[in-house]
Amino acid sequence: MFRKALIAATVLLAAPALADTPESLMRAYAEQARTTSASYAGPSPAAGRRLFHQQPRDWSCATCHTDQPAATGRHAITGKTIAPLSPVANPNRFCDAAKVEKWFKRNCNDTLGRLCTPAEKADLIAFLLGAKGGA
Amino acid sequence: MRTRTGIRRIDWIVWSLAAVFLAYAAVAAVPPTEAAKPTAYAEECGACHTAYPARLLRPADWAVVLATLDRHFGVDASLNDTTRAAVARQLGVDPAVASAATTKAVPRITQQGWFREEHDEISAQLLRSPAVRGAANCSACHAGADRDQFDDHSVRIPR
Repeated sequence: MFRKALIAATVLLAAPALADTPESLMRAYAEQARTTSASYAGPSPAAGRRLFHQQPRDWSCATCHTDQPAATGRHAITGKTIAPLSPVANPNRFCDAAKVEKWFKRNCNDTLGRLCTPAEKADLIAFLLGAKGGA
Repeated sequence: MRTRTGIRRIDWIVWSLAAVFLAYAAVAAVPPTEAAKPTAYAEECGACHTAYPARLLRPADWAVVLATLDRHFGVDASLNDTTRAAVARQLGVDPAVASAATTKAVPRITQQGWFREEHDEISAQLLRSPAVRGAANCSACHAGADRDQFDDHSVRIPR
């Protein structure tokens, strides 16, 4: 009886593990990148940092998220406050794969004028995971 | 014998609880954007701007907005079909109309006649100021905008 109660309690505690984490999403994107390039070296925070500041058109990531991803941002057009992007400062970030994909699609289009590659997405998450203060 | 039956009953309760919990966990694992959430409009649209009350545009205008989300005032605000349908219903728009292709210009709340009249004493300079950043930023002056509170005496003009 008690053993079974213990099993039930374990199941209960394990449920949050079903959710995505920044690390699990980064690994999943890196896996995708590896399937298209055998020489893929893994997520690079430095490449993520370059991507964050890249501005081929009107906007970079930093335009709205500021150059400190752990800080509160502001939408460039509407002025609406944007909660910190870095999961280090905001635990609600990068814990829902569908939401992450939605925003990558929108914001890569808005900044780079194209979709981001899986390798770029992994790089960006790697950068944000290390973004405690300035960037 | 009675004791054995009692234990079995407790076992049954424990396993039922575990089953109910697993079912809950399976539901919770579905990404929120896939489910038709009653808060879809506030969450999806309110992420970038004030969740403008549905009454500020006609349903036919909202339909054009929803059908052109991939080019929404210069940004890509696209939604998957399930979420877009949920948002449409919350705005009082037929989801089928909200996904029909259109070449119409995207209507602006700030260009509606009533909006211009209500704001005719507000200078263009103030609207362009860093504190406001444009007429679309309701909450710069209407602190309760996200709760659909726009009454005149709660207006605070930033200086």
